[in-house]
Amino acid sequence: MSGTFVVGFDGSEAAHRALDFAIERAAAQGGTVLIAHVLEWSPYSFLTPTELEERHKRRREELERAETALMAPVVKKVSGRGAEIESVIRYGKIADVLCEIAKEKKAAQIFIGRDGHSALGARVFGSVASALVQTAPVPCTIVP
Amino acid sequence: MYPKATRAALAAAGLSLAGAAPAFAQSLDDKVNQIFADSTGWFVSLIFSNFPGTSFPWIVAWLVIGATVFTLYFGFIQFRVIGHSIALIKGDYSDPDDAGEVSHFQALATALSGTVGLGNIAGVAVAIGIGGPGATFWMILAGLMGMASKFTECTLGVKYRNEYADGRVSGGPMYYLTKGFAERGLPGGKILAVLFSIFCILGALGGGNMFQANQAHQQITGVVGQYPGWITGLVFAGLVFAVIVGGIKSIAKVTEKIVPFMGILYVGTALIIIAMNYNLIGWAFGQIFAGAFTGLGVAGGMVGALIQGFKRAAFSNEAGVGSAAIAHSAVKTKEPITEGFVSLLEPFIDTVVVCTMTALVIIITQQLVADPETGLYLLNEAGNSVRTVGDTSGVGLTSAAFGSAIGWFPYVLAIAVVLFAFSTMITWSYYGLKAWTFLFGEGNTTELVFKTIFCVFVVIGAAAQLGPVIDFSDAAIFAMAVVNIIGLYFLMPIVKRELESYLARLKSGEIKKFH
Repeated sequence: MSGTFVVGFDGSEAAHRALDFAIERAAAQGGTVLIAHVLEWSPYSFLTPTELEERHKRRREELERAETALMAPVVKKVSGRGAEIESVIRYGKIADVLCEIAKEKKAAQIFIGRDGHSALGARVFGSVASALVQTAPVPCTIVP
Repeated sequence: MYPKATRAALAAAGLSLAGAAPAFAQSLDDKVNQIFADSTGWFVSLIFSNFPGTSFPWIVAWLVIGATVFTLYFGFIQFRVIGHSIALIKGDYSDPDDAGEVSHFQALATALSGTVGLGNIAGVAVAIGIGGPGATFWMILAGLMGMASKFTECTLGVKYRNEYADGRVSGGPMYYLTKGFAERGLPGGKILAVLFSIFCILGALGGGNMFQANQAHQQITGVVGQYPGWITGLVFAGLVFAVIVGGIKSIAKVTEKIVPFMGILYVGTALIIIAMNYNLIGWAFGQIFAGAFTGLGVAGGMVGALIQGFKRAAFSNEAGVGSAAIAHSAVKTKEPITEGFVSLLEPFIDTVVVCTMTALVIIITQQLVADPETGLYLLNEAGNSVRTVGDTSGVGLTSAAFGSAIGWFPYVLAIAVVLFAFSTMITWSYYGLKAWTFLFGEGNTTELVFKTIFCVFVVIGAAAQLGPVIDFSDAAIFAMAVVNIIGLYFLMPIVKRELESYLARLKSGEIKKFH
């Protein structure tokens, strides 16, 4: 069975572990790995007038930086391991966006890393892993 | 934004401050004030002059007539599209690919932070103190009409904004006056734009800066006791400098988060106080309606109530002034008219909701003293306003009204006033900067010059006695409205074309929801 594996990627060590794990599985099955980077964003946040003015410019810079500093190197690094690699950068709430991408691409699975924040931290700030477990439209693998 | 009575109170407070300073400084201060008053007095009296034989300032009529014209011309647009406005703010029509760009909500929230503030808290109290409860009726009416002015100017702001190669956007009356007039083949657009920019800079330094600093200082001294104003001024100037020059995002972020919270807390507390006196709600509205048409014995009667109500609404929500068009123009949308739909909620929230809450709390806690036999309001000793329980006026009256129901709320109110003042300063520093760069060109040096001037004026505003200076900057803000509304009359057919095209496409289903 081939399919698309969506990997939530933020450049952290945990994300690298999740990516490696997903690539191994995808290579074995002849599937595609879609590396997804989400820039945290809410359309209901409050900005100063100067931030409003520069938002479009900043967004372009953020996307460029994410592409050149994060996505391009990692795609280069993991290419040739037997799985086809794609990448995508989006804005939004991380868990929501990963679910949207999974639906759009009719993905088989979502993979994310977990860096072992304390339970208290997760409770206060919410955790992407627990949100995904609750809402993911496809099976979800949390890589410790 | 702030009426004469507040200014008188300010002047009195300033005097007592100056009294603590050395005699030399005092005389210098007086000299500066005198020179300023002499050279600008004609402008102030021109803008705030009354119609002959009345006490009705023509500038208020100008704003209200403008709002009425736009309301009729666009067929009561403010009542037809509210549902769609809310859908736009929720993001129902936002392209998901535009995530990360400025949303309708963000543009509205930023513009609101520039208008919600002292006018809603102190100004309404002054209006009710002078005009009685009936002023509330006229204030709400003017707020509802002002929604059409805001709709017109903000649509144009987005339509004629400048989009630069590096991705930044700049918009506002100076751009639509220039480009819109050129597009329609009309002369004079550039002259109006330059005039608007000059008034906008003066208004930003005055009403958007010095007055705010001064009122914040009054509030702080009211809680902690007297100390020199320049200390408050320096702290505020430092914070403003850090945000607008240093680009310290954290301060702005904290403010931008606390201010909406304060707004909600204010309205929420008002609702609680009203609910606590639920048996008086019917009576309060009775007072508002009866007062609107009879005056209930206040100075000036029905006309007095009407003038105060109209004035308050116009001064508070800035509809027709053109300032909000600058903030709204940064939104990401392919349809300028959508920002018009969103912006018309601004006078609604500012005036119809927040100002009305202040008014209801003052009326319902029975701060105004009425004759138990006739039910008419009694006048104070000077005979120029309604007698109040604690002989308070302005922000003191609001504070007393809230405090009579919830003892500790005046402290929260003081914090809210200071924060509102700060966020208004940040927003107006931007409006002033945009006008400045329109006149003198963009560039780091020219921008730094304005930002530095702005910060210096924060200190002056908090420290000095400001009667004439504030009169002048007030006048400048309303002079913006003179220029802006002339422009809107000439450009409103363009807005109408956009409106009809958009509504037709919305009806035909060409414009679809994304969510």
